[in-house]
Amino acid sequence: MPPKGRIKVTEIYCKGCELCVSACPQNVLGLANDHITVKGYHPATLIAEGCTGCGICSIVCPEAAITVYREKTVTNRIPV
Amino acid sequence: MADYDVETETLVYERPDSLTDLSTHFCPGCTHGVAHRLIAEVLDEMNLREKTIGVASVGCSVFSYNYFDFDFIQAPHGRAPAMATGIKRVLPDRTVFTYQGDGDMASIGMGEIVHAAARGENITVFFLNNTNYGMTGGQMAPTTLPGQKTSSSPNGRDVESQGYPIRVAEMLAKLDGASYVVRRSLDDPKNIRMAKKAIRTAFEVQQRGLGFSMIELLSICPTNWGMTPVSSIQWLQEKMIPYYPLGDYKVHPAIAEIKF
Amino acid sequence: MARELMKGNEAVAEAAIRAGVTAYFGYPITPQTELLEYMARRMPELGRAFVQAESELGAINMVYGAACSGQRVMSSSSSPGVSLMMEGVSYIAGTELPAVLVDVMRGGPGLGNIAPSQGDYNQMVHGGGHGEYHSIVLAPATVQESINLTVDAFDLAEKYRSLVVVLSDGSIGQMMEPCELPPFKPLKTVFPDWATTGAEGRSKRVLTSINLDAAAQEVTNFRLMRRWQEIEANEVRYKTYFMEDAKFAVTGFGSCGRLALSAVRAARAEGIPVGLIRPITVSPFPTKLYEELSHKLDALLVVEENNGQMLEDVLVATRFQIPVDFYGRMGGMVPFPDEVLDEIRRVARGALDTSGHPRDRWLKRMAQKNL
Repeated sequence: MPPKGRIKVTEIYCKGCELCVSACPQNVLGLANDHITVKGYHPATLIAEGCTGCGICSIVCPEAAITVYREKTVTNRIPV
Repeated sequence: MADYDVETETLVYERPDSLTDLSTHFCPGCTHGVAHRLIAEVLDEMNLREKTIGVASVGCSVFSYNYFDFDFIQAPHGRAPAMATGIKRVLPDRTVFTYQGDGDMASIGMGEIVHAAARGENITVFFLNNTNYGMTGGQMAPTTLPGQKTSSSPNGRDVESQGYPIRVAEMLAKLDGASYVVRRSLDDPKNIRMAKKAIRTAFEVQQRGLGFSMIELLSICPTNWGMTPVSSIQWLQEKMIPYYPLGDYKVHPAIAEIKF
Repeated sequence: MARELMKGNEAVAEAAIRAGVTAYFGYPITPQTELLEYMARRMPELGRAFVQAESELGAINMVYGAACSGQRVMSSSSSPGVSLMMEGVSYIAGTELPAVLVDVMRGGPGLGNIAPSQGDYNQMVHGGGHGEYHSIVLAPATVQESINLTVDAFDLAEKYRSLVVVLSDGSIGQMMEPCELPPFKPLKTVFPDWATTGAEGRSKRVLTSINLDAAAQEVTNFRLMRRWQEIEANEVRYKTYFMEDAKFAVTGFGSCGRLALSAVRAARAEGIPVGLIRPITVSPFPTKLYEELSHKLDALLVVEENNGQMLEDVLVATRFQIPVDFYGRMGGMVPFPDEVLDEIRRVARGALDTSGHPRDRWLKRMAQKNL
């Protein structure tokens, strides 16, 4: 099972440049064509299942707009 | 406060503390933003935010001070290395860096950068090379490639009349005062990771008082190049990297010892 | 403290050290170089910063950067070098930073020569750099005064967050005179609340001269202009000699004021009721003094080692209410006291031709001397 992840795009920063879309190894990123940000861009968003939380999108993002999370597998969960 | 369940999720990446929460004025896809982010990340990792003074230059980088969340001063066009010299000499225990573009540094500021390097000033210089003057609308820079069309070389840079591009990293590496001079690119995840590692090394060099460090970062300028960000990345890879090879041009032997 | 014999340039350097300068950035240029050389020796000895910059452009921007720390910093140069510094001067003004600059003036324009001159008056007093700003400009006439004004320059710079220029010239910089040095001031340990020293335990600070919003830039410029009014109200300095019963006065600044004093003394010996006004702050200019004198005096003679640059300020101050005449030498030529004495005699004879501009009349008279 590949790891499961998710991203949060902070829309005030995102300018829809698509560098993350083109860099995503899982091809699960796209632009949200249904709405625009306050600056008038279609922001990046997950458009399909399959994000692994690899963080590549955050590495290429020029706006530090993407926060990346990865689900802990049962084995790497630290008991709280 | 974490806005995720720490029991079930790991935070892989979040915006660094050393960046303010302002949205940048950079055009979509501009890799100035990547460079800002990497510098901020490294300063956070090294816990240097409160001990750093940045020196902004003139060009698109003129507003850097808005985006970094630490002390900043603003230099006249090309003079950032001189200002950095001034403040570093009176505050030697502070981390001082300049952030300059190619028009600023390789043209009007060539005197200041060469002599800061030759003196071995214990400062770090980030040199964003996007082959043109971005802020003023994409004029020819010293780094513009032969044949490259810009608003002031409309028929393409003619080396017969407009001269040849300057390879700054190679040039500064020749100076005995320079300790760490490398060229990296902000085009793909691997190169961006390598750029970050170089930024870390450069700040480690400064922390250890080893002298002048400069990182040239190949960057894109989609708006002035008249391309999308994604095709700009391809242009950088196809045209810029062959002319401006990535690599380490000067690594002082003491730097090899640095572990982090 | 004991009096000692010191060269003007070196005395200024030592005075700055004693005033607590923590960093000096300079570039060699005659007739200022001894100042740089003295600093090269003394500053490292004291553990303070010294950099011989790649150019005056580099030097002034090092001053600009170091001034951002709130410490006492300075540079020195001579006329062509100061021209190159004008970029940084304007930025320092726009960023409202304290700094001290010593200009040991020489003959110009262009490369000119290394003889003493006062040709930088307009550049220093009326701008030089772009935009709306004023620098405080102090004009010493002796080595001792150079020392005293250098110390004051640092205090004034800090008080008003302004560039302060010590406007010396080749003769004062190069001459040796007995003088007394001030005591050592301790280096600053407390820095102002605008200084960029690293945002430790506080929010970040930014020092910049950029203001893309014109309305906000105007607010800054109004603040600068109102601060200048305050400087004009509080910091004007001058010296007068033999003015109690004077019917005529000679006026000149710096070394020219000094040599005019010899001429005034000689004229007094001849019974001519003449005095001397020597502005010490040429910026702010002692406008009120000249305005008051223009109600009392019969005539005023302006003497300068330039083409009549301070003359314009005198004319504005006296509002053409009394005859004003001018005598100057240019390009590094220094008038002899006898030349000034001749001018005093001419003015005292009365029946002055007051048609046209004093400079035009002077040019006509000089043409008669085949100059």
